[in-house]
Amino acid sequence: MADTFTVHLKIWRQEGPNEPGELVDYTLDKVNEHMSFLEMLDVLNEEIVKEGGVPIEFDYDCREGICGSCNLMINGQAHGPKAMTCSCQLHMRNYSDGDTIVIEPFRAKGFPVIKDLVVDRSAFDRIIEAGGYVSVKTGSAPDANSIPVDKSVADTAFDYATCIGCGACVAACPNSSASLFTGAKLAHLNRLPQGEPERAERTVAMVEQMEEEGFGDCSNYAECEAVCPKGISISAIAEMRRNYMKAALKGSEA
Amino acid sequence: MPSFLDALKSQVGRKILTGITGVGLILFIIFHLIGNLTLFGDPQAFNEYTYALENLGFILYVLEAGLAVAFLLHAYIGISIWWNRRKARPQGYKKYQSKGGSSHQTWAAKSMIFTGIVLLVFLVIHIDTFKFGATETIMLNGHEARDLKSLVIATFQQPIYAFGYTVVMILLGLHLGHGFWSAFTSLTMKHNEYSALIYTVGIIFAILMAVGFLFIPLYIYFAGPDAALISY
Ligand code: HEM
Ligand code: SF4
Ligand code: FES
Repeated sequence: MADTFTVHLKIWRQEGPNEPGELVDYTLDKVNEHMSFLEMLDVLNEEIVKEGGVPIEFDYDCREGICGSCNLMINGQAHGPKAMTCSCQLHMRNYSDGDTIVIEPFRAKGFPVIKDLVVDRSAFDRIIEAGGYVSVKTGSAPDANSIPVDKSVADTAFDYATCIGCGACVAACPNSSASLFTGAKLAHLNRLPQGEPERAERTVAMVEQMEEEGFGDCSNYAECEAVCPKGISISAIAEMRRNYMKAALKGSEA
Repeated sequence: MPSFLDALKSQVGRKILTGITGVGLILFIIFHLIGNLTLFGDPQAFNEYTYALENLGFILYVLEAGLAVAFLLHAYIGISIWWNRRKARPQGYKKYQSKGGSSHQTWAAKSMIFTGIVLLVFLVIHIDTFKFGATETIMLNGHEARDLKSLVIATFQQPIYAFGYTVVMILLGLHLGHGFWSAFTSLTMKHNEYSALIYTVGIIFAILMAVGFLFIPLYIYFAGPDAALISY
């Protein structure tokens, strides 16, 4: 049994969407290095409940790095200090006795705070609704492998498809740009034969929706790539720009 | 489909325009530096060069208008991007830090708006000093010309100009340290081993430009009016 240690926490508490909110200090002395970051918060919540307080709200689902809901700004870094790691996959062995950890919600106009550390990321859903799909014929299933896809294309599409929509890219961007998320979805669908016919419409619709949701401009800081738990490359943004300008050039000819 | 003009006004279009104007300004400063280096050539090389430039006539007006549009558009979009960011995040973080790794959020990147605005103010002073500065008229190969070389040398005898220019040129170097790579990225360069090379090339280019430009005022200041490299 590993020794337990103490951490000092400064956690954003906010009762509701329109309440002011503030950082509240907590000290937790039952931290064990094998705990995940979220387990550490669970233990803190147990302590808070025992003392009759209201537990801290934070979002999670899978706790295994695939659902993208555990959005926490940990010491000013989206998903904490480790590269390609979600908050749920971060472990307390990355901290030591006496550390102070500041935890805030992801912040952006497009991600309003619901309560404490929980934000509303439905803006991402609306970007997907705008064009993040492929239109297929319903009816009997097509024959397997009837649409050949080059292995390298399939692999790259899959790399982009690993985006879990967590929003870390927006949270870490000094401009709150959603370019990496939108670019990843576009780069996934636009390069596959199934997505090809709607490429121009899709790109324009998703770029417009991203701007509509109030996300900011991209300044090429590439901070998004550094915080992305899936390591999505900013090449996705380059492709988005290229496809968008191509679509606009074609559109104005017609 | 958006019209081409609407597309240029979108977030993507604004980046394309920052990139194009950025590249345009880079090309401009390269030619500007090469031109300035004629100060170290034949006694009248600089005055002949500026005479030729000022007598390009119509072409000069087209070039100047293009440059003015590039500067203004570049500055306008840059400032608006910086301004919009507060709207996109009305409530800031209490604590924020870069994650490092593949991030390009360097000091140079974070200070683009500062170095940019300094360059804009500098530009106004710079044009006033040299383009509209009072010069003697000299005879050059049988025609009248402005003696800009003497104006340059007299100007940089003054510490405020010599050192002021030096500081601004260091800031120009910082602007280019992020800007060179960023312009390629805006113009849809993929992020791979070549882009890493472009980043390094950009830093070398930034240093070359800064050192090239700041060498002139510092040399003139320290070497004095009878500078060995500058012959009469
Ligand atoms: C000699 C003058 C200048 C040169 C060579 C230059 C060059 C560049 C380049 C190459 C970029 C990268 C473009 C991109 O990100 O796509 C850039 C970005 C930028 N420039 Fe300039 N620039 C100059 C003057 C100015 C001025 C006068 C301003 C005035 C405010 C300015 C403000 C900015 C800003 C804010 C950015 C970053 C844009 C962003 O956030 O994406 N620059 N510059
Ligand atoms: S691109 Fe990366 S950081 Fe952004 S939403 Fe997708 S997984 Fe999260
Ligand atoms: S809880 Fe699902 S990714 Fe972290």
